[in-house]
Amino acid sequence: MSTTRTIPDRLQSPLQRNLKSWETLLLLVAVGIFILNSFASPYFLDPWNLSDATFNFTEKAMIAFAMALLIISGEIDLSVASIIALASTAMGFAVQMGFGTPALVMVGLGVGLVCGAFNGVLVTRFGLPSIVVTIGTMSLFRGISYIVLGDQAFRGYPIDFAFFGQGYVWWIISFELALFGVLAVIFGVLLHKTNFGRAVYAIGNNPVAAAFSGIRVARVKFILFLLTGLMSGVAAICLTSRLGSTRPSIAMGWELEIVTMVVLGGVSILGGAGTIPGVVLAAFIMGLVTFGLGLLNVPGIVMSIVIGALLISVIALPRLWEKWKTR
Amino acid sequence: MIRRAIASREMILLGAIVLLLGVIYTRFPGFVAPNNLIRVFNDTSPLILLAIGQMIVILTRCIDLSVAANLALTGMVVAMLNAAMPDLPIIAIVILAMGLGALLGMVNGVLVWKLQIPPIVVTLGTMTIFRGLIFVLSEGRWVNSHQMSAAFKAFPRSTVLGLPMLSWFAILAVILFTVIMSRTTLGRAVYAVGGNPHAATYTGLDVGRTQFWAFTISGALAGLTGYLWVSRYAVAYVDIAGGFELDVVAACVIGGISIAGGVGTVAGALLGALFLGVIKNALPVVNVSPFWQMAISGAAIIIAVAFNARANRTRGRIILKRAEHAT
Repeated sequence: MSTTRTIPDRLQSPLQRNLKSWETLLLLVAVGIFILNSFASPYFLDPWNLSDATFNFTEKAMIAFAMALLIISGEIDLSVASIIALASTAMGFAVQMGFGTPALVMVGLGVGLVCGAFNGVLVTRFGLPSIVVTIGTMSLFRGISYIVLGDQAFRGYPIDFAFFGQGYVWWIISFELALFGVLAVIFGVLLHKTNFGRAVYAIGNNPVAAAFSGIRVARVKFILFLLTGLMSGVAAICLTSRLGSTRPSIAMGWELEIVTMVVLGGVSILGGAGTIPGVVLAAFIMGLVTFGLGLLNVPGIVMSIVIGALLISVIALPRLWEKWKTR
Repeated sequence: MIRRAIASREMILLGAIVLLLGVIYTRFPGFVAPNNLIRVFNDTSPLILLAIGQMIVILTRCIDLSVAANLALTGMVVAMLNAAMPDLPIIAIVILAMGLGALLGMVNGVLVWKLQIPPIVVTLGTMTIFRGLIFVLSEGRWVNSHQMSAAFKAFPRSTVLGLPMLSWFAILAVILFTVIMSRTTLGRAVYAVGGNPHAATYTGLDVGRTQFWAFTISGALAGLTGYLWVSRYAVAYVDIAGGFELDVVAACVIGGISIAGGVGTVAGALLGALFLGVIKNALPVVNVSPFWQMAISGAAIIIAVAFNARANRTRGRIILKRAEHAT
């Protein structure tokens, strides 16, 4: 019996070894779902329907990019959805004070940065585990929204503010989709082509070795928390603009979908491995699955079964395969 | 000296609770009347039951985010069973609830043990799957008070020696698990596995199997709480105890259970849960909007984890020393 199980500091996941083929697999899955959907519903291939479908994932994917970097570095941020709520509440408050669109954008980004910095300081300065810190700030940030709003809602956003969530850049390419593309390129370059990205991988694989090789671990992690906060602020602007109102329950439960997206994209939850193209593909897959099931009148909660099963099986299947091969 | 060190952490928390009660007393003396304190304890009992299960899981370096969904699914199953077969004796329902909960916990445990999938990913996945299953099972319908048998609803409220049954379950669990954690090989294995998995493996403990049993216990307690919850509130629907898993983790963190594993006591989990329970019940009494509760529990988590951070390192060693002496 194989009961003698050693515990390595970091499990070497099968995903890590087959990273190249992981993105290929995701691509195949995405194409497969696309074809399946177009057979399942006659409404699927309509360009405007497809364009609408992208709203299912663009805002979450923006945060997922930053979250991917954070998870690769070995940390996690579960407070992102609550940062959206707080940033959105702050923007709603700014509207009541009579501020215009440029100020609202600054408020949204600013709140995101402050929240990210707060998480970052607690994790890097005080050396607290990020999962507990961000479970705490998850309650704290959304809690502040509840204190401000209670059961009320902020409305009355300026008309030109609607562009971020409802505007189109060209034909069926919405502003959000364009922003998603630009951010994908920026984060892809940042992670795969810069010293900073290399440092992120190094920290995730072995923070002690990274520190000894001259990487300022705490500072890199702090920047990643800032970045995640900032992207939550960006998502808050898009979502608030799209919905046109703010309630304290806005974006409830998104943190789980975002983490699912990142893990589905092949990022190791233990840190040290993952790619941005993988996350982009995972975003499309999740968007296509929810949209396709939606067209088939499958209720949202049943979709969540699919998402949950997807999350577990994408990790379980390669491991089962490994076990079966070595037998 | 060791005894004193362990006592001090729980004593500080106990002091904080007494202080809290003192502050509430100045605003509203009736709150600390024995009858009301019994009511508060009873109201906190589900949280205590779940916190004990969560503590054991966290001790083994895992986390169980599916407890609330497990509770809701088990609750729905027993409620539907009761609606279909009103004559089924309560004792059978209690055993069934614990069995089903344990089974759901075992699903988590097997995935962590046999496939070595990170627990946070497993339980995020099963959390959404369990919730989805409730919807599939109930087709989104509620099981209402009039569909449940009188005995089903009366059981958690029936008083024995002046205390409701619900409270007795919490008290029994506290006593039972205090004994298990300090006087049995399983309890010792849990501390050893969490304190140092390498060392535990070398001493012949199966880390994965210990984690499996931790998840099973957590599941069984969640299942039991599922029945008690549904019968106490006399209603079962998809969203009961939504987000409650975070309160449970919060209770553990406030109770001084280290998220890094190996450090924590049943008394800590009990006090952590009571701390949150007192706050929750006191807010309406002292005329603070219940919307404050979320932010307060978030702040409490952050303060507690920051407070415990330094003590954790030394305490990890102390626990190991105890284990060494014993073997």
